[in-house]
Amino acid sequence: MDKELTISNLTGNKIKKYLAEGKRFDNRKPDEFREIVIETGISKNAEGSAKVKVGKTEVWVGIKMNVAEPYPDSLDKGNLMVTAELLPLSSPRFESGPPRFPAIELGRLTDRAIRESKFIDFKKLCIKEGEKVWTVFIDIYSINDDGNLLDAAVLGTIAALKDAKIPKYDKKEEKVLFGEWTKDKLPLSKEIPISITAYKVGDKFIVDPTRDEEDISETRVTVGSSNGVISSMQKGESQELEVAEFKEILELITKVERNIFKKLEKL
Amino acid sequence: MAEQNKNERKIVIPGEVIAEGDDFLPGEGTEKKQGKIVANKFGLAEEYNKLVKVISLSGVYEPRRGNVVIGKVENVTFNGWVIDIDAAENAFLPLTEVPRFVKKDEIEEVMNIGDMAVVKIWNINKRGIDLSLKSRGLGKIEDGMIVRINPNKVPRVIGKEGSMVNLIKNETGCNITVGQNGLIWIKGDKIESELLAKRAILFVAEKSFVSGLTEKIEKWFEGEKK
Amino acid sequence: MSKEFKRPDGRKVDEIREMKAKVGIVPNADGSAMFQFGDTIAIAAVYGPKKMHPQHLQNPEKGTLRCNYNMMSFSVTDRIRPGPSRRSTEISKIIEWALEPIVMIDKYKNMVIDVHINIPQANASTRCAGINAAAMALAHAGIPMKDLVSSVSIGKLDKQLVVDLNKKEEDWEEGEGATDIPITFTNDGKMTHIQLDGKINTKQLNEAVELARKACKEIYEVQKKALKEIGE
Repeated sequence: MDKELTISNLTGNKIKKYLAEGKRFDNRKPDEFREIVIETGISKNAEGSAKVKVGKTEVWVGIKMNVAEPYPDSLDKGNLMVTAELLPLSSPRFESGPPRFPAIELGRLTDRAIRESKFIDFKKLCIKEGEKVWTVFIDIYSINDDGNLLDAAVLGTIAALKDAKIPKYDKKEEKVLFGEWTKDKLPLSKEIPISITAYKVGDKFIVDPTRDEEDISETRVTVGSSNGVISSMQKGESQELEVAEFKEILELITKVERNIFKKLEKL
Repeated sequence: MAEQNKNERKIVIPGEVIAEGDDFLPGEGTEKKQGKIVANKFGLAEEYNKLVKVISLSGVYEPRRGNVVIGKVENVTFNGWVIDIDAAENAFLPLTEVPRFVKKDEIEEVMNIGDMAVVKIWNINKRGIDLSLKSRGLGKIEDGMIVRINPNKVPRVIGKEGSMVNLIKNETGCNITVGQNGLIWIKGDKIESELLAKRAILFVAEKSFVSGLTEKIEKWFEGEKK
Repeated sequence: MSKEFKRPDGRKVDEIREMKAKVGIVPNADGSAMFQFGDTIAIAAVYGPKKMHPQHLQNPEKGTLRCNYNMMSFSVTDRIRPGPSRRSTEISKIIEWALEPIVMIDKYKNMVIDVHINIPQANASTRCAGINAAAMALAHAGIPMKDLVSSVSIGKLDKQLVVDLNKKEEDWEEGEGATDIPITFTNDGKMTHIQLDGKINTKQLNEAVELARKACKEIYEVQKKALKEIGE
């Protein structure tokens, strides 16, 4: 179809009508996620890696590390760099070329969720203050887009970080021995951060939309938190929100978080 | 090959030899090379009266004159609608092919961007595809649901003389219009019936490589109705 | 080939690593597949035929095949910066040339068939794995094709010819070092791609081509099985 797979007014209106009754096409409730399947260690040359499927949406995340100079405003802390690519492989809508806004936003939202939650103890990634620190590279790739790449990406990132082992570092030669790993895992907090996005469809709020549902959603709010404390938030798209709606979103997300947390704990 | 049971159509891949012998004829999806019938497409090989062809189960929609298809209005011009029917070319429905008089300033009221319609291809030429609404069963789709399947699976969903689509209609109580381009319109009394019909259609489309599909779908319906 | 040459992973000189293949791994794509040689994994997705954009790239006489190959940043031990590189651009073109002879796309005027190949994990022979995955994905997408193509890398380690190079062998330093020869064949024996890096005499090169032909037949069986097992 317009090879972009956008839906018709008919289907869009149908989805909204059904949702007004609290129902979704795949029989889920508004606060229900699709089946989440997480597999770690899927790329052997990465320090850590994970494959996440949320329904038919699939994302692969890899962690690589390298040693570099610290930033001038954090001389005793390691660095974080999060990049996301919306691969043309994963959807007829994505084209080859430099990352456009959706990919950039995906990377930045994931970065925010990880950084602000203090999940990684960057002080422990300092090798020599002011001179040498570890940089953690998080690279996110979409493999199939059936909606909600935002949340799938963060789930994959957390799984990959938990899977990661620190590479060997030759102190004398001052170089990383890529391909050889210590037994040490990344210094991570016991509090696992969670990022959930609530999407407004019609007058209702849902989580984990399919591609069709996400297409007709006119605004969304992504909330990152850990241990009940909100540490990052971003509203996306252009429709405005009433304060009462905003409160509804927070309630929805708090409810969903508990269920998702149980899934991540098992990793 | 000659004695092959209809139910055991073989999956073949491009380059594979399907039949050997001078009396076989190369049909759709095949070519004859040095006395052998070779597949040019991935699909199910079928032979009937020495004519060998490959039934594709994937691939793009190739529009043909006379096809009834379902499309989405992409653009409204001063004299008609540009409709996306999932072919390489966009198709055009002129005002003159609508069975009632439409004033130029009410074009958008009749059909606007994003609306779906059941249309017929009445001509294909270098300039593009011409559509018409001048036939029974054609027109703007006001309500119901649209399902997309690969156009090559449409014959499976319709079934021999409509047997499959009629089965789904009876089991769900829905009206179903199957576009040759893989878009299917379902209209039922309740959303639940429409969703059941949608799931049934997707089931048939997914299992199109499998034999004994009629029994499988009947069993599936039994399971769904519990 | 005289006494048993010792390959780093213990394989025989003409032994291909364990292969795995699967079709239909990207639901959104018109056709998709995964192909694996040991630790090297390639995934491919095909979209098309569809209208070619941008318009100035349209070919009014026949369809266009457009390939795009890239490695994921974490696929190798030393991270690759995301984005295209000269190497990935060249390999994209090589893969296009390797696939073009078998696709029958003359009738898709002004249209394009996009083939996207990504490497999530690399242990050498990535372009070969990519070509193998792409061939399956094209068939899966229902693109009219004369045949499949199968690709393998033949190596010369010092003076010894071996089949299906891994990274350790690519980096071979003893004696004459490593010569890397990726080759692609159609199933009916036509060569659609060959490259060479290293040093080799004509006699051994001819032997290498023979070895490749044999190996590609084995690879073809794996690709065929994956396509036939679709939906299982």
